[in-house]
Amino acid sequence: MRWIRWVLKPLVFAACLIPAVRLGLGVLNATGVAHIGDISLGADPVKVMLHTCGRWTLNFLMITLCMTPLKDLTHSIVWLRFRRMFGLFAFFYVLLHFSVYLLLDQDGKLGALWQDIVKRPYITIGVLGLLLLIPLAATSTAKAQRRLGRRWTRLHRLIYLVAILGVWHFWWQVKKDIREPLWYACGLTVLLGYRLWKRRRSFARVSAAPLARTDGA
Amino acid sequence: MKQMPVSGGLLTKTIWNQLMRKRSTLSVIAPSEITPYEHYVSRRSLLAAGAGLALAPGLGGFARHAFAQAPGALKYVRNAAFSVAEAPNSYTDITTYNNYYEFGTDKSDPAENSQKFRTQPWNVTVGGEAEVTGSFTLEDILKPHALEERVYRLRCVEAWSMVVPWVGFPLGDLLKRFKPTSKAKFVEFKTLYDPKQMPGQRTGVLEWPYVEGLRMDEAMHPLTLVVVGLYGKVLPNQNGAPLRLVIPWKYGFKGIKAIVSIKFMERAPRTTWAGAATNEYGFFANVNPQVDHPRWSQATERRIGASLFGPRRPTLPFNGYADQVASLYSGMDLRKYF
Repeated sequence: MRWIRWVLKPLVFAACLIPAVRLGLGVLNATGVAHIGDISLGADPVKVMLHTCGRWTLNFLMITLCMTPLKDLTHSIVWLRFRRMFGLFAFFYVLLHFSVYLLLDQDGKLGALWQDIVKRPYITIGVLGLLLLIPLAATSTAKAQRRLGRRWTRLHRLIYLVAILGVWHFWWQVKKDIREPLWYACGLTVLLGYRLWKRRRSFARVSAAPLARTDGA
Repeated sequence: MKQMPVSGGLLTKTIWNQLMRKRSTLSVIAPSEITPYEHYVSRRSLLAAGAGLALAPGLGGFARHAFAQAPGALKYVRNAAFSVAEAPNSYTDITTYNNYYEFGTDKSDPAENSQKFRTQPWNVTVGGEAEVTGSFTLEDILKPHALEERVYRLRCVEAWSMVVPWVGFPLGDLLKRFKPTSKAKFVEFKTLYDPKQMPGQRTGVLEWPYVEGLRMDEAMHPLTLVVVGLYGKVLPNQNGAPLRLVIPWKYGFKGIKAIVSIKFMERAPRTTWAGAATNEYGFFANVNPQVDHPRWSQATERRIGASLFGPRRPTLPFNGYADQVASLYSGMDLRKYF
Protein backbone atom coordinates (compact mmCIF):
# COMPACT_ATOMS: atom_id res chain seq x y z
CA MET A 1 0.00 0.00 0.00
CA ARG A 2 3.06 2.18 -0.11
CA TRP A 3 2.23 3.35 -3.62
CA ILE A 4 -0.93 4.97 -2.31
CA ARG A 5 1.10 7.16 -0.02
CA TRP A 6 3.93 7.97 -2.37
CA VAL A 7 2.29 7.94 -5.79
CA LEU A 8 -1.48 8.13 -5.68
CA LYS A 9 -1.81 10.71 -2.94
CA PRO A 10 0.63 13.19 -4.48
CA LEU A 11 -1.13 12.77 -7.83
CA VAL A 12 -4.54 13.42 -6.33
CA PHE A 13 -3.11 16.37 -4.41
CA ALA A 14 -1.75 17.89 -7.62
CA ALA A 15 -5.06 17.33 -9.39
CA CYS A 16 -6.91 19.14 -6.60
CA LEU A 17 -4.67 22.14 -7.14
CA ILE A 18 -5.45 22.44 -10.86
CA PRO A 19 -8.40 24.87 -10.49
CA ALA A 20 -6.32 27.16 -8.27
CA VAL A 21 -3.33 27.03 -10.61
CA ARG A 22 -5.54 27.87 -13.60
CA LEU A 23 -6.97 30.83 -11.72
CA GLY A 24 -3.47 31.94 -10.81
CA LEU A 25 -2.42 31.81 -14.47
CA GLY A 26 -5.61 33.65 -15.39
CA VAL A 27 -4.72 36.41 -12.94
CA LEU A 28 -1.22 36.70 -14.41
CA ASN A 29 -2.74 36.97 -17.89
CA ALA A 30 -5.43 39.42 -16.78
CA THR A 31 -2.96 41.73 -15.08
CA GLY A 32 -0.51 41.50 -17.96
CA VAL A 33 2.27 40.22 -15.69
CA ALA A 34 2.78 37.19 -17.91
CA HIS A 35 1.09 35.36 -20.73
CA ILE A 36 0.94 31.68 -20.11
CA GLY A 37 -1.37 29.44 -22.05
CA ASP A 38 -4.76 30.48 -23.31
CA ILE A 39 -6.37 30.92 -19.94
CA SER A 40 -8.57 33.98 -19.75
CA LEU A 41 -10.73 35.12 -16.90
CA GLY A 42 -13.02 36.99 -19.28
CA ALA A 43 -14.51 40.45 -18.92
CA ASP A 44 -15.24 40.17 -15.20
CA PRO A 45 -12.26 38.36 -13.67
CA VAL A 46 -13.28 38.99 -10.06
CA LYS A 47 -16.61 37.25 -10.58
CA VAL A 48 -14.97 34.30 -12.30
CA MET A 49 -12.50 33.94 -9.42
CA LEU A 50 -15.27 34.17 -6.85
CA HIS A 51 -17.49 31.65 -8.56
CA THR A 52 -14.73 29.21 -9.42
CA CYS A 53 -13.47 29.08 -5.83
CA GLY A 54 -17.02 28.86 -4.51
CA ARG A 55 -17.89 25.99 -6.81
CA TRP A 56 -14.75 24.08 -5.92
CA THR A 57 -15.47 24.53 -2.24
CA LEU A 58 -18.83 22.84 -2.79
CA ASN A 59 -17.27 20.21 -5.05
CA PHE A 60 -14.73 19.27 -2.39
CA LEU A 61 -17.36 19.19 0.34
CA MET A 62 -19.37 16.80 -1.84
CA ILE A 63 -16.33 14.67 -2.67
CA THR A 64 -15.44 14.48 1.03
CA LEU A 65 -18.96 13.33 1.82
CA CYS A 66 -18.71 10.66 -0.89
CA MET A 67 -15.85 8.83 0.82
CA THR A 68 -17.91 6.97 3.43
CA PRO A 69 -20.60 5.77 1.00
CA LEU A 70 -17.83 4.66 -1.37
CA LYS A 71 -16.18 2.76 1.46
CA ASP A 72 -19.45 0.96 2.18
CA LEU A 73 -20.17 0.26 -1.47
CA THR A 74 -16.74 -1.06 -2.36
CA HIS A 75 -15.94 -2.64 1.03
CA SER A 76 -12.59 -0.89 0.90
CA ILE A 77 -11.25 1.60 3.39
CA VAL A 78 -8.82 3.09 0.89
CA TRP A 79 -11.25 5.98 0.36
CA LEU A 80 -10.87 7.12 3.93
CA ARG A 81 -7.20 7.79 3.34
CA PHE A 82 -8.20 10.63 1.03
CA ARG A 83 -10.98 12.09 3.10
CA ARG A 84 -8.87 14.52 5.09
CA MET A 85 -7.12 15.80 1.98
CA PHE A 86 -10.42 16.53 0.25
CA GLY A 87 -11.83 18.18 3.36
CA LEU A 88 -8.79 20.38 3.64
CA PHE A 89 -9.07 21.32 -0.02
CA ALA A 90 -12.65 22.43 0.63
CA PHE A 91 -11.22 24.64 3.36
CA PHE A 92 -8.46 25.89 1.06
CA TYR A 93 -10.93 26.88 -1.66
CA VAL A 94 -13.33 28.54 0.75
CA LEU A 95 -10.44 30.63 2.10
CA LEU A 96 -9.57 31.66 -1.46
CA HIS A 97 -13.24 32.40 -2.14
CA PHE A 98 -13.47 34.57 0.96
CA SER A 99 -10.18 36.34 0.21
CA VAL A 100 -11.25 37.21 -3.32
CA TYR A 101 -14.56 38.48 -1.99
CA LEU A 102 -12.99 40.59 0.73
CA LEU A 103 -9.86 41.84 -1.03
CA LEU A 104 -10.89 42.13 -4.69
CA ASP A 105 -14.67 42.42 -4.68
CA GLN A 106 -15.03 44.60 -1.58
CA ASP A 107 -11.60 46.29 -1.88
CA GLY A 108 -10.58 44.93 1.53
CA LYS A 109 -13.07 47.13 3.34
CA LEU A 110 -13.95 45.41 6.59
CA GLY A 111 -16.82 47.82 7.12
CA ALA A 112 -18.39 46.71 3.84
CA LEU A 113 -17.87 43.08 4.85
CA TRP A 114 -19.60 43.63 8.17
CA GLN A 115 -22.49 45.44 6.47
CA ASP A 116 -22.89 42.47 4.13
CA ILE A 117 -22.77 39.94 6.96
CA VAL A 118 -25.45 41.77 8.87
CA LYS A 119 -27.67 42.80 5.96
CA ARG A 120 -27.43 39.99 3.43
CA PRO A 121 -28.62 36.58 4.59
CA TYR A 122 -26.70 34.70 1.91
CA ILE A 123 -23.45 36.28 3.08
CA THR A 124 -24.35 35.55 6.70
CA ILE A 125 -24.78 31.85 6.11
CA GLY A 126 -21.73 31.73 3.85
CA VAL A 127 -19.53 33.24 6.52
CA LEU A 128 -21.08 30.94 9.14
CA GLY A 129 -20.17 27.95 6.98
CA LEU A 130 -16.60 29.21 6.68
CA LEU A 131 -16.31 29.73 10.45
CA LEU A 132 -17.63 26.24 11.15
CA LEU A 133 -14.99 24.74 8.89
CA ILE A 134 -12.18 26.28 10.94
CA PRO A 135 -12.39 23.88 13.92
CA LEU A 136 -12.59 20.95 11.52
CA ALA A 137 -9.46 22.01 9.69
CA ALA A 138 -7.72 22.73 12.99
CA THR A 139 -8.45 19.23 14.33
CA SER A 140 -7.67 17.39 11.13
CA THR A 141 -4.35 15.96 12.32
CA ALA A 142 -4.00 12.35 13.46
CA LYS A 143 -2.84 13.66 16.82
CA ALA A 144 -5.97 15.73 17.33
CA GLN A 145 -8.05 12.78 16.27
CA ARG A 146 -6.43 10.57 18.90
CA ARG A 147 -6.66 13.20 21.59
CA LEU A 148 -10.32 13.97 21.00
CA GLY A 149 -11.38 10.35 20.58
CA ARG A 150 -15.11 9.96 20.23
CA ARG A 151 -15.62 13.72 20.48
CA TRP A 152 -13.64 14.09 17.23
CA THR A 153 -16.26 12.08 15.34
CA ARG A 154 -19.03 14.14 16.81
CA LEU A 155 -17.25 17.43 16.06
CA HIS A 156 -16.58 16.46 12.47
CA ARG A 157 -20.25 15.78 11.84
CA LEU A 158 -20.34 19.58 11.52
CA ILE A 159 -19.43 19.03 7.88
CA TYR A 160 -23.05 18.07 7.23
CA LEU A 161 -24.17 21.47 8.44
CA VAL A 162 -21.36 23.22 6.55
CA ALA A 163 -22.38 21.54 3.29
CA ILE A 164 -26.02 22.51 3.80
CA LEU A 165 -24.99 26.13 4.49
CA GLY A 166 -22.75 26.12 1.44
CA VAL A 167 -25.45 24.96 -0.96
CA TRP A 168 -27.94 27.32 0.62
CA HIS A 169 -25.50 30.22 0.22
CA PHE A 170 -25.13 29.36 -3.49
CA TRP A 171 -28.89 29.07 -3.96
CA TRP A 172 -29.61 32.43 -2.41
CA GLN A 173 -27.13 34.43 -4.44
CA VAL A 174 -28.36 33.16 -7.81
CA LYS A 175 -30.46 35.71 -9.66
CA LYS A 176 -32.99 33.43 -11.31
CA ASP A 177 -31.49 30.34 -12.86
CA ILE A 178 -31.38 27.93 -9.91
CA ARG A 179 -30.56 24.83 -11.93
CA GLU A 180 -26.96 24.60 -10.77
CA PRO A 181 -27.58 25.01 -7.02
CA LEU A 182 -30.45 22.57 -7.48
CA TRP A 183 -27.98 19.93 -8.66
CA TYR A 184 -25.83 20.49 -5.61
CA ALA A 185 -28.90 20.29 -3.40
CA CYS A 186 -29.92 16.99 -5.00
CA GLY A 187 -26.42 15.56 -4.57
CA LEU A 188 -26.30 16.66 -0.97
CA THR A 189 -29.74 15.19 -0.29
CA VAL A 190 -28.55 11.80 -1.55
CA LEU A 191 -25.33 11.96 0.48
CA LEU A 192 -27.01 13.00 3.72
CA GLY A 193 -30.01 10.76 3.05
CA TYR A 194 -27.69 7.80 2.77
CA ARG A 195 -26.34 8.53 6.24
CA LEU A 196 -29.82 8.79 7.74
CA TRP A 197 -30.82 5.54 6.10
CA LYS A 198 -27.68 3.81 7.39
CA ARG A 199 -28.31 5.09 10.89
CA ARG A 200 -31.88 3.89 10.96
CA ARG A 201 -30.82 0.50 9.70
CA SER A 202 -28.14 0.08 12.34
CA PHE A 203 -30.59 1.21 15.03
CA ALA A 204 -33.03 -1.39 13.81
CA ARG A 205 -30.34 -4.04 14.02
CA VAL A 206 -29.29 -3.03 17.51
CA SER A 207 -32.84 -3.06 18.82
CA ALA A 208 -33.62 -6.33 17.03
CA ALA A 209 -30.59 -8.11 18.49
CA PRO A 210 -31.70 -8.55 22.14
CA LEU A 211 -35.11 -9.71 20.96
CA ALA A 212 -33.48 -12.37 18.87
CA ARG A 213 -31.59 -13.55 21.91
CA THR A 214 -34.72 -13.76 24.02
CA ASP A 215 -36.43 -15.67 21.30
CA GLY A 216 -33.52 -18.06 21.11
CA ALA A 217 -33.43 -18.59 24.83
CA MET B 1 -4.71 43.90 -21.87
CA LYS B 2 -7.99 45.27 -23.14
CA GLN B 3 -7.39 46.72 -26.55
CA MET B 4 -9.46 49.45 -28.02
CA PRO B 5 -9.95 48.72 -31.67
CA VAL B 6 -8.16 51.49 -33.53
CA SER B 7 -7.41 50.40 -37.05
CA GLY B 8 -9.61 48.35 -39.31
CA GLY B 9 -7.18 45.48 -39.39
CA LEU B 10 -6.89 45.32 -35.65
CA LEU B 11 -10.63 45.60 -35.30
CA THR B 12 -11.38 42.78 -37.70
CA LYS B 13 -8.81 40.68 -35.95
CA THR B 14 -10.32 41.47 -32.58
CA ILE B 15 -13.82 40.65 -33.76
CA TRP B 16 -12.53 37.59 -35.47
CA ASN B 17 -10.79 36.37 -32.37
CA GLN B 18 -13.93 36.95 -30.44
CA LEU B 19 -16.24 35.27 -32.91
CA MET B 20 -14.09 32.22 -33.05
CA ARG B 21 -13.06 31.96 -29.45
CA LYS B 22 -14.79 29.47 -27.24
CA ARG B 23 -16.01 31.76 -24.58
CA SER B 24 -16.46 29.50 -21.63
CA THR B 25 -14.11 30.96 -19.12
CA LEU B 26 -10.81 29.26 -18.63
CA SER B 27 -11.21 27.31 -21.83
CA VAL B 28 -8.61 26.48 -24.35
CA ILE B 29 -9.27 26.69 -28.11
CA ALA B 30 -8.65 23.61 -30.14
CA PRO B 31 -6.82 24.49 -33.37
CA SER B 32 -9.45 22.51 -35.32
CA GLU B 33 -12.11 25.03 -34.27
CA ILE B 34 -10.43 27.91 -36.03
CA THR B 35 -11.25 28.83 -39.61
CA PRO B 36 -8.28 30.45 -41.32
CA TYR B 37 -8.31 34.20 -40.73
CA GLU B 38 -7.69 35.01 -44.40
CA HIS B 39 -10.90 33.23 -45.47
CA TYR B 40 -12.86 35.25 -43.01
CA VAL B 41 -11.32 38.55 -44.03
CA SER B 42 -12.04 38.06 -47.70
CA ARG B 43 -15.64 37.15 -46.93
CA ARG B 44 -15.97 40.13 -44.67
CA SER B 45 -14.64 42.73 -47.09
CA LEU B 46 -17.21 41.53 -49.64
CA LEU B 47 -19.93 41.93 -47.09
CA ALA B 48 -18.70 45.32 -45.97
CA ALA B 49 -19.01 46.57 -49.54
CA GLY B 50 -22.73 45.86 -49.39
CA ALA B 51 -23.24 47.14 -45.91
CA GLY B 52 -23.65 50.77 -46.90
CA LEU B 53 -26.89 49.80 -48.59
CA ALA B 54 -28.13 48.06 -45.53
CA LEU B 55 -30.35 50.86 -44.34
CA ALA B 56 -31.49 52.03 -47.75
CA PRO B 57 -34.95 51.04 -48.94
CA GLY B 58 -35.35 48.17 -51.36
CA LEU B 59 -32.68 45.95 -49.96
CA GLY B 60 -31.25 43.29 -52.20
CA GLY B 61 -30.67 39.82 -50.82
CA PHE B 62 -26.98 40.47 -50.57
CA ALA B 63 -27.33 43.61 -48.51
CA ARG B 64 -29.91 41.92 -46.34
CA HIS B 65 -27.38 39.28 -45.64
CA ALA B 66 -24.82 41.94 -44.82
CA PHE B 67 -27.16 43.62 -42.44
CA ALA B 68 -28.07 40.37 -40.76
CA GLN B 69 -24.69 38.73 -40.48
CA ALA B 70 -21.70 40.96 -40.94
CA PRO B 71 -20.54 43.57 -38.50
CA GLY B 72 -21.08 46.05 -41.33
CA ALA B 73 -20.32 49.73 -41.00
CA LEU B 74 -23.18 52.16 -40.41
CA LYS B 75 -23.60 55.79 -41.40
CA TYR B 76 -24.00 57.93 -38.34
CA VAL B 77 -23.00 61.16 -36.69
CA ARG B 78 -21.51 61.33 -33.26
CA ASN B 79 -23.68 63.05 -30.70
CA ALA B 80 -21.13 64.46 -28.28
CA ALA B 81 -23.71 66.35 -26.23
CA PHE B 82 -25.36 63.06 -25.28
CA SER B 83 -22.12 61.17 -24.72
CA VAL B 84 -20.16 60.67 -21.53
CA ALA B 85 -16.47 61.45 -21.45
CA GLU B 86 -15.49 58.10 -19.94
CA ALA B 87 -13.53 55.60 -22.02
CA PRO B 88 -15.81 53.02 -23.62
CA ASN B 89 -15.35 49.33 -22.93
CA SER B 90 -13.71 47.24 -25.61
CA TYR B 91 -15.81 45.74 -28.38
CA THR B 92 -14.74 42.37 -27.00
CA ASP B 93 -16.07 43.05 -23.50
CA ILE B 94 -19.34 44.46 -24.77
CA THR B 95 -20.00 41.59 -27.17
CA THR B 96 -18.96 38.69 -24.97
CA TYR B 97 -20.21 39.67 -21.55
CA ASN B 98 -23.89 40.41 -21.21
CA ASN B 99 -27.25 39.08 -20.13
CA TYR B 100 -29.64 37.85 -22.77
CA TYR B 101 -31.49 34.95 -21.20
CA GLU B 102 -33.06 33.98 -24.53
CA PHE B 103 -29.65 32.59 -25.41
CA GLY B 104 -28.66 31.26 -21.97
CA THR B 105 -28.06 32.53 -18.47
CA ASP B 106 -24.26 32.72 -18.53
CA LYS B 107 -22.71 36.01 -19.57
CA SER B 108 -20.88 34.23 -22.37
CA ASP B 109 -23.95 32.35 -23.65
CA PRO B 110 -25.41 35.13 -25.84
CA ALA B 111 -22.22 35.42 -27.90
CA GLU B 112 -21.95 31.65 -28.18
CA ASN B 113 -25.54 30.81 -29.00
CA SER B 114 -26.75 33.75 -31.09
CA GLN B 115 -24.44 33.57 -34.09
CA LYS B 116 -26.99 31.86 -36.32
CA PHE B 117 -29.88 34.03 -35.19
CA ARG B 118 -31.76 35.40 -38.21
CA THR B 119 -32.58 39.12 -38.13
CA GLN B 120 -33.91 39.22 -41.69
CA PRO B 121 -36.75 39.31 -42.51
CA TRP B 122 -37.86 41.22 -39.42
CA ASN B 123 -41.26 42.67 -38.62
CA VAL B 124 -42.49 44.84 -35.80
CA THR B 125 -46.15 44.89 -34.83
CA VAL B 126 -47.49 48.21 -33.57
CA GLY B 127 -50.79 48.22 -31.72
CA GLY B 128 -52.87 49.62 -28.90
CA GLU B 129 -53.77 53.25 -28.28
CA ALA B 130 -52.41 54.81 -31.47
CA GLU B 131 -53.74 56.00 -34.81
CA VAL B 132 -51.14 54.26 -36.92
CA THR B 133 -50.97 50.54 -36.16
CA GLY B 134 -50.12 47.37 -38.04
CA SER B 135 -47.12 45.35 -39.03
CA PHE B 136 -43.99 47.10 -40.23
CA THR B 137 -40.82 45.75 -41.74
CA LEU B 138 -37.51 46.66 -40.17
CA GLU B 139 -36.80 48.87 -43.19
CA ASP B 140 -40.11 50.73 -42.62
CA ILE B 141 -39.13 51.29 -39.02
CA LEU B 142 -35.62 52.54 -39.73
CA LYS B 143 -36.06 54.46 -42.99
CA PRO B 144 -36.73 58.06 -41.85
CA HIS B 145 -34.29 58.10 -38.95
CA ALA B 146 -30.77 59.49 -39.05
CA LEU B 147 -28.43 57.45 -36.90
CA GLU B 148 -26.26 58.93 -34.21
CA GLU B 149 -23.61 57.55 -31.91
CA ARG B 150 -23.99 58.08 -28.18
CA VAL B 151 -21.60 56.87 -25.55
CA TYR B 152 -23.74 55.86 -22.58
CA ARG B 153 -23.02 54.36 -19.21
CA LEU B 154 -24.68 50.99 -18.71
CA ARG B 155 -25.44 49.82 -15.19
CA CYS B 156 -26.59 46.24 -14.68
CA VAL B 157 -28.86 45.39 -11.76
CA GLU B 158 -26.15 42.88 -10.81
CA ALA B 159 -23.87 45.76 -9.79
CA TRP B 160 -21.46 45.81 -12.73
CA SER B 161 -21.19 48.53 -15.32
CA MET B 162 -19.80 49.37 -18.73
CA VAL B 163 -19.52 52.34 -21.07
CA VAL B 164 -20.91 51.61 -24.52
CA PRO B 165 -20.85 53.55 -27.82
CA TRP B 166 -24.32 52.75 -29.17
CA VAL B 167 -25.62 53.76 -32.58
CA GLY B 168 -29.32 54.52 -32.87
CA PHE B 169 -31.99 57.18 -32.76
CA PRO B 170 -34.39 58.55 -30.15
CA LEU B 171 -37.33 56.26 -29.41
CA GLY B 172 -39.59 59.31 -29.21
CA ASP B 173 -39.03 60.06 -32.91
CA LEU B 174 -40.20 56.56 -33.77
CA LEU B 175 -43.20 56.54 -31.44
CA LYS B 176 -44.47 59.89 -32.75
CA ARG B 177 -44.89 58.35 -36.19
CA PHE B 178 -47.60 56.06 -34.82
CA LYS B 179 -49.58 59.02 -33.42
CA PRO B 180 -50.34 57.67 -29.94
CA THR B 181 -53.74 58.80 -28.64
CA SER B 182 -54.38 60.63 -25.38
CA LYS B 183 -55.15 57.25 -23.80
CA ALA B 184 -51.60 56.06 -24.35
CA LYS B 185 -49.96 56.36 -20.93
CA PHE B 186 -47.51 53.50 -21.26
CA VAL B 187 -45.75 51.65 -24.02
CA GLU B 188 -45.01 47.94 -23.95
CA PHE B 189 -42.30 46.10 -25.91
CA LYS B 190 -41.91 42.40 -26.59
CA THR B 191 -38.95 40.33 -27.69
CA LEU B 192 -39.26 37.74 -30.44
CA TYR B 193 -40.53 34.38 -29.21
CA ASP B 194 -38.80 31.66 -31.22
CA PRO B 195 -37.58 28.76 -29.08
CA LYS B 196 -36.07 27.10 -32.15
CA GLN B 197 -33.62 29.96 -32.52
CA MET B 198 -33.46 31.02 -28.89
CA PRO B 199 -32.45 28.03 -26.78
CA GLY B 200 -33.04 29.86 -23.51
CA GLN B 201 -36.73 30.04 -24.35
CA ARG B 202 -36.87 26.26 -24.16
CA THR B 203 -36.23 26.58 -20.42
CA GLY B 204 -38.54 27.98 -17.80
CA VAL B 205 -36.01 30.42 -16.41
CA LEU B 206 -38.24 33.37 -17.28
CA GLU B 207 -41.71 33.81 -18.75
CA TRP B 208 -41.45 34.17 -22.52
CA PRO B 209 -41.60 36.30 -24.50
CA TYR B 210 -39.67 38.92 -22.59
CA VAL B 211 -41.80 42.01 -21.94
CA GLU B 212 -40.60 45.47 -20.98
CA GLY B 213 -42.34 48.79 -20.72
CA LEU B 214 -41.95 52.49 -20.15
CA ARG B 215 -44.18 55.30 -19.06
CA MET B 216 -44.91 57.54 -22.06
CA ASP B 217 -42.81 60.43 -20.75
CA GLU B 218 -39.88 58.08 -20.20
CA ALA B 219 -40.30 56.65 -23.69
CA MET B 220 -40.40 60.14 -25.24
CA HIS B 221 -37.36 61.37 -23.28
CA PRO B 222 -34.54 62.34 -25.65
CA LEU B 223 -32.08 60.04 -23.83
CA THR B 224 -34.15 56.93 -24.60
CA LEU B 225 -32.60 55.28 -27.59
CA VAL B 226 -33.57 52.70 -30.19
CA VAL B 227 -30.28 50.98 -30.89
CA VAL B 228 -29.26 49.30 -34.14
CA GLY B 229 -25.49 49.53 -33.90
CA LEU B 230 -22.44 49.29 -31.71
CA TYR B 231 -19.00 50.79 -32.30
CA GLY B 232 -20.21 52.17 -35.62
CA LYS B 233 -21.26 48.76 -36.90
CA VAL B 234 -24.46 46.80 -37.14
CA LEU B 235 -25.50 45.59 -33.72
CA PRO B 236 -24.26 42.01 -33.13
CA ASN B 237 -26.93 39.39 -32.47
CA GLN B 238 -25.81 38.85 -28.89
CA ASN B 239 -26.42 42.50 -28.06
CA GLY B 240 -30.02 42.49 -29.24
CA ALA B 241 -30.03 42.78 -33.03
CA PRO B 242 -31.70 44.02 -35.04
CA LEU B 243 -33.50 46.44 -32.73
CA ARG B 244 -33.23 47.09 -29.02
CA LEU B 245 -33.82 49.78 -26.45
CA VAL B 246 -31.25 51.53 -24.29
CA ILE B 247 -32.48 53.62 -21.37
CA PRO B 248 -29.26 54.75 -19.74
CA TRP B 249 -30.65 55.86 -16.38
CA LYS B 250 -32.32 52.50 -15.76
CA TYR B 251 -30.90 49.08 -14.96
CA GLY B 252 -29.83 47.17 -18.04
CA PHE B 253 -32.71 44.70 -18.05
CA LYS B 254 -35.08 47.51 -19.11
CA GLY B 255 -33.21 47.64 -22.43
CA ILE B 256 -35.28 45.01 -24.22
CA LYS B 257 -33.64 43.25 -27.18
CA ALA B 258 -34.81 41.90 -30.55
CA ILE B 259 -38.07 43.85 -30.41
CA VAL B 260 -41.03 42.54 -32.44
CA SER B 261 -43.92 44.31 -30.77
CA ILE B 262 -44.73 47.84 -29.63
CA LYS B 263 -48.05 48.46 -27.92
CA PHE B 264 -49.46 51.70 -26.51
CA MET B 265 -51.41 51.12 -23.31
CA GLU B 266 -53.51 52.92 -20.78
CA ARG B 267 -52.13 50.91 -17.86
CA ALA B 268 -48.63 49.77 -17.01
CA PRO B 269 -47.77 46.48 -18.69
CA ARG B 270 -46.68 43.50 -16.61
CA THR B 271 -42.96 43.37 -17.30
CA THR B 272 -40.90 40.18 -17.17
CA TRP B 273 -38.47 40.76 -14.31
CA ALA B 274 -40.95 42.69 -12.19
CA GLY B 275 -43.34 39.76 -12.65
CA ALA B 276 -40.68 37.14 -11.93
CA ALA B 277 -39.64 38.62 -8.58
CA THR B 278 -41.86 41.53 -7.57
CA ASN B 279 -39.90 42.31 -4.42
CA GLU B 280 -36.56 42.39 -6.26
CA TYR B 281 -37.27 44.16 -9.56
CA GLY B 282 -39.60 47.07 -10.08
CA PHE B 283 -41.33 48.47 -13.15
CA PHE B 284 -39.27 51.66 -13.06
CA ALA B 285 -35.88 50.08 -12.25
CA ASN B 286 -34.15 53.45 -12.12
CA VAL B 287 -30.54 53.16 -11.07
CA ASN B 288 -30.55 54.15 -7.42
CA PRO B 289 -27.64 53.66 -4.99
CA GLN B 290 -30.01 54.34 -2.08
CA VAL B 291 -32.31 51.42 -2.76
CA ASP B 292 -30.57 48.07 -2.46
CA HIS B 293 -31.59 44.91 -4.19
CA PRO B 294 -32.94 42.72 -1.37
CA ARG B 295 -29.96 40.40 -1.73
CA TRP B 296 -27.14 42.77 -2.62
CA SER B 297 -26.08 46.38 -2.34
CA GLN B 298 -26.59 48.84 -5.20
CA ALA B 299 -24.38 51.50 -3.63
CA THR B 300 -21.31 50.63 -5.68
CA GLU B 301 -20.49 48.90 -8.94
CA ARG B 302 -17.59 47.13 -10.58
CA ARG B 303 -16.58 48.55 -13.95
CA ILE B 304 -15.98 45.76 -16.42
CA GLY B 305 -12.55 45.98 -18.02
CA ALA B 306 -11.04 47.97 -15.17
CA SER B 307 -7.93 46.77 -13.40
CA LEU B 308 -8.32 43.59 -11.39
CA PHE B 309 -7.29 45.45 -8.27
CA GLY B 310 -9.15 48.62 -9.11
CA PRO B 311 -11.65 49.83 -6.54
CA ARG B 312 -15.41 49.63 -6.98
CA ARG B 313 -17.03 52.86 -8.11
CA PRO B 314 -19.85 54.58 -6.36
CA THR B 315 -23.11 54.17 -8.24
CA LEU B 316 -24.68 57.50 -9.20
CA PRO B 317 -28.37 58.34 -8.83
CA PHE B 318 -30.08 57.68 -12.18
CA ASN B 319 -26.71 56.32 -13.30
CA GLY B 320 -25.33 59.85 -13.55
CA TYR B 321 -28.24 61.16 -15.67
CA ALA B 322 -30.11 62.76 -12.76
CA ASP B 323 -29.90 66.29 -14.24
CA GLN B 324 -31.77 65.16 -17.33
CA VAL B 325 -34.31 62.73 -15.87
CA ALA B 326 -34.83 63.26 -12.13
CA SER B 327 -37.69 65.68 -12.86
CA LEU B 328 -39.69 62.84 -14.43
CA TYR B 329 -40.06 61.37 -10.97
CA SER B 330 -40.50 64.45 -8.83
CA GLY B 331 -42.88 63.81 -5.97
CA MET B 332 -42.60 60.04 -6.32
CA ASP B 333 -41.38 57.85 -3.48
CA LEU B 334 -38.47 56.13 -5.19
CA ARG B 335 -38.27 53.51 -2.44
CA LYS B 336 -41.79 52.44 -3.22
CA TYR B 337 -41.51 52.80 -6.99
CA PHE B 338 -38.09 51.22 -7.35
